[in-house]
Amino acid sequence: MAPRGDTARRCAGAGLCLGALILLSAAALLAEPKFPALIGRVVDDAGILSPATVNNLVVMLAAHERATGEQVVVVTLPSLQGYSIEEFGYQLGRYWGIGEKGKNNGVLLIVAPKERKVRIEVGYGLEGELTDAKSSLIIQRDILPQFRRGDFDSGVLAGTRAILKVLSGEPEGTSPPGGARPSNASSIDPWLVVGLFGIWLMYVLLMRAMTRNPRVIRRIGRSRYIGPGPFHGGFGSGSSGGFSGAGGGFTGGGGSFGGGGASGSW
Amino acid sequence: MVPRRAARFAFPMVAVLMASGLCACDINKFPRLDEQVKASWSEVLNQYQRRADLIPNLVETVKGYAHQEQQVLTQVTQARARATQMQLPADILSNPQAFHQFEQNQAALSGALGRLLAVSENYPTLKSDQNFLALQSQLEGTENRIAVARRDYILAVQQYNTALRTIPDRWIAAWLYPDLKVRETFTIPQQAQQAPQVRF
Repeated sequence: MAPRGDTARRCAGAGLCLGALILLSAAALLAEPKFPALIGRVVDDAGILSPATVNNLVVMLAAHERATGEQVVVVTLPSLQGYSIEEFGYQLGRYWGIGEKGKNNGVLLIVAPKERKVRIEVGYGLEGELTDAKSSLIIQRDILPQFRRGDFDSGVLAGTRAILKVLSGEPEGTSPPGGARPSNASSIDPWLVVGLFGIWLMYVLLMRAMTRNPRVIRRIGRSRYIGPGPFHGGFGSGSSGGFSGAGGGFTGGGGSFGGGGASGSW
Repeated sequence: MVPRRAARFAFPMVAVLMASGLCACDINKFPRLDEQVKASWSEVLNQYQRRADLIPNLVETVKGYAHQEQQVLTQVTQARARATQMQLPADILSNPQAFHQFEQNQAALSGALGRLLAVSENYPTLKSDQNFLALQSQLEGTENRIAVARRDYILAVQQYNTALRTIPDRWIAAWLYPDLKVRETFTIPQQAQQAPQVRF
């Protein structure tokens, strides 16, 4: 009788091992490109945006999320790793989980300067507002003319502004033609300046605290990017009024993407 | 006396081991994977339908500028009719013939649409028409959604079929869910493997 118990035990063990193997192979089959870390609302992994632009974007995007709950993230990529921007985009959005879970109200503005591609990736829940046609129009009208002149900062700013405008439900359509929008310098909101100054102050204080006590870095939880290009890490957590995520950082809410949006190249 | 007592302990032992083995194998896996396959299949159908809905508008717009391209326009209309009029049997996911018929119809429509868009490159006034540009971007977006939906479906089927064909899940399926069958999945059509030809 004892040998029978042994066999059963061995069988169960083998079954468990097999189950683990199947799980592992399933994970391997779901191979994905390597994604950058979500360090804030602006992930300038390609390093093409000026700090001023990044701050400007972060303020705009944070305000939009506070008002609507919709998460918009700007990301620049040093490489698409051989994927098309459409393939990369929706997988990145799902990986980060941009947008609220269940509502799927996230948008990604993706710039791949090496491949000269740009894409607006729209979460399932916003496909009705930010349609493919509108996304395409924003890319053609607001973003590409600036990118063709090599001006990534203005292109990204104008594109983001146009996206937020559509999402806020402001009437589109009859906008200045040609895409060459005036720079925002003349129309800066005074509160923006105050907010930026506050953020800058926080950043300076944070950096000081960090250089004095390296453990602060760990507490903020974004140790990787603090070194050479520390702005976004500091800002992402600095301006976090009330959005999702623990530890003051910015995280996705679990939204999903299904390939909506539009792409362009220059 | 001694062997009897051993037997009295051995039976509960075996029962407990079997039960724990069963739990480790997750008997709810199949309903879950099956639902996942069905949901992603619905999404595939949904996106193909969306494409079919865009086409009449596109054909009308192109006709306004390029009515001499009658042949290409007719091909698109016919391919759309074939794709949308196909009766999908209830068991299409485990019916290789019907599944590949469906896939071929949709691939033929993709081919005809590709030709239509290629032809429209020759008409500068059409290309600058706002309505056409909007339709074109919607069509591009829909093709992209179709690609995503197909990929999600392929992944779902892969998980389901893998579970259905490997031990120990296979035993569980045979015992508890004998009705489940291996599902069909997409193949890359011959046309898609060849890069489109551009003639000047």
